[in-house]
Amino acid sequence: MISYGHHQFPGKLFVVEGTDGSGKSTQLALLYQWLKAEGYPVFFSEWNSSPLVKDTTKRAKKRHLFTPATFSLLHATDFADRTERDIIPPLKAGAIVLADRYIYTAFARDVVRGCDRAWVRDVYSFAVKPTVAFFFRAPLDVAIDRIVSGRPNLKYYEAGMDLGWADDPEDSFKIFQGKILEEYDRMVSEFGLTLIDASRSIERQQREMRLLIGQHLNRKRRSKTYQFKS
Amino acid sequence: MVEGTDGVGRSTHIALLRTWLESRGHAVLDTGMTRSILAGRGIKEAKTGHTLGRLTMQLFYATDFIDRLENEMLPALRSGFVVLTDRYIYSAMARAEVRGIDSAWIRSIYSMALVPDAVFYLRISSPQQLVERVLTSGRGFDYWESGMDLGLGEDFYDSFIAYQTRMLKVFDRMSLEYNFHVLNASKSVRSVASDLRRAVTRLIDEPATQNEDNVSPLIPVRDKPVSAKPATNVVDLNKEALS
Repeated sequence: MISYGHHQFPGKLFVVEGTDGSGKSTQLALLYQWLKAEGYPVFFSEWNSSPLVKDTTKRAKKRHLFTPATFSLLHATDFADRTERDIIPPLKAGAIVLADRYIYTAFARDVVRGCDRAWVRDVYSFAVKPTVAFFFRAPLDVAIDRIVSGRPNLKYYEAGMDLGWADDPEDSFKIFQGKILEEYDRMVSEFGLTLIDASRSIERQQREMRLLIGQHLNRKRRSKTYQFKS
Repeated sequence: MVEGTDGVGRSTHIALLRTWLESRGHAVLDTGMTRSILAGRGIKEAKTGHTLGRLTMQLFYATDFIDRLENEMLPALRSGFVVLTDRYIYSAMARAEVRGIDSAWIRSIYSMALVPDAVFYLRISSPQQLVERVLTSGRGFDYWESGMDLGLGEDFYDSFIAYQTRMLKVFDRMSLEYNFHVLNASKSVRSVASDLRRAVTRLIDEPATQNEDNVSPLIPVRDKPVSAKPATNVVDLNKEALS
């Protein structure tokens, strides 16, 4: 098993991280369009997307079957499937892989849920180290506003209701997101995350990302005929 | 816990042991790999498709195990049940090892498991003996039990022998490392069953030297009311392996 930081692939992996409502998915979608238009083979991979684990996760969420440890492990299972299927093969093929949420999401959430920091990092030690990991940092009230206004019903685990901190989903969500942000902040130096100020305009953030990513691209890999379908 | 390679008669013996324990007035919970409410069904579905990657499979098994540990085994132990499990973390660790997975990684994942009171290892001396059982059971060869995902042989038979030989080797080594109670599974069902009963009797009739409350595992979970007591009988698998 090759561990974090030791993989050698011709492809590049760019990931976006941040609390809910930080705008990271919007930015990644723009990036995807740009890279495709530039002729790079791009592959897109999303958190919680493994078809293998989907039914189990869905059922567990509906019936509130999770404990912090099983929540963590099932998400790790999902992530391992993504790694073995959607991340490593395209990277080997020299493609650009864009990931919406990566291991840092698990580190933040699971630790807030009470899992041991070192244990969670061990569980995910098989992950490929991203070429660049962007952390979209938005002030907490902005992020919460975006989510709460867009979604009248916060889901049970999303709001951290399983932790029993508050009876009201919105209150619980606020406490939960606040703690998650603290975890992200401590990971910036631990994993060398690239901080993006998510309170600025969408265009400005995108320009900054393209500038940073451009330094890692190999222009020769571009081809108008070769398209990686996702 | 009852451990052993596929087809050695684990489930037969667990069923016999359960009936016997119950007839003696002990409450019994029996559980086994892939029987968790959370992940059991998902694993079975994934296995039919043969689409599981190696790492993914290990983590799916771990999810299943921890779910059963937290939701079945620990509550049962706390209420004074005898818990019988058909395979424990050792089978999972053996399968991972045979598939070339980093053993430090897998041990770390399972570090929150409880150290069992006894591990009974139903040992068979050669995989050929297992083949007989597979055939007489009428089920035939199973894709995963034959290690077909490893590409070890041309057909199910070759692969089964190669895979089970490797598993046996790993089990034998673990047997020393973790102090398994070895039972010769080549003997008749009756004689294995009576060996098992004798060993279990010794464990159960022994005056409880350990307090029943010490079932708290090394759960990496804060603020969990059930794990308030210090974990006294938990061994860090990583440390144990190093020593």
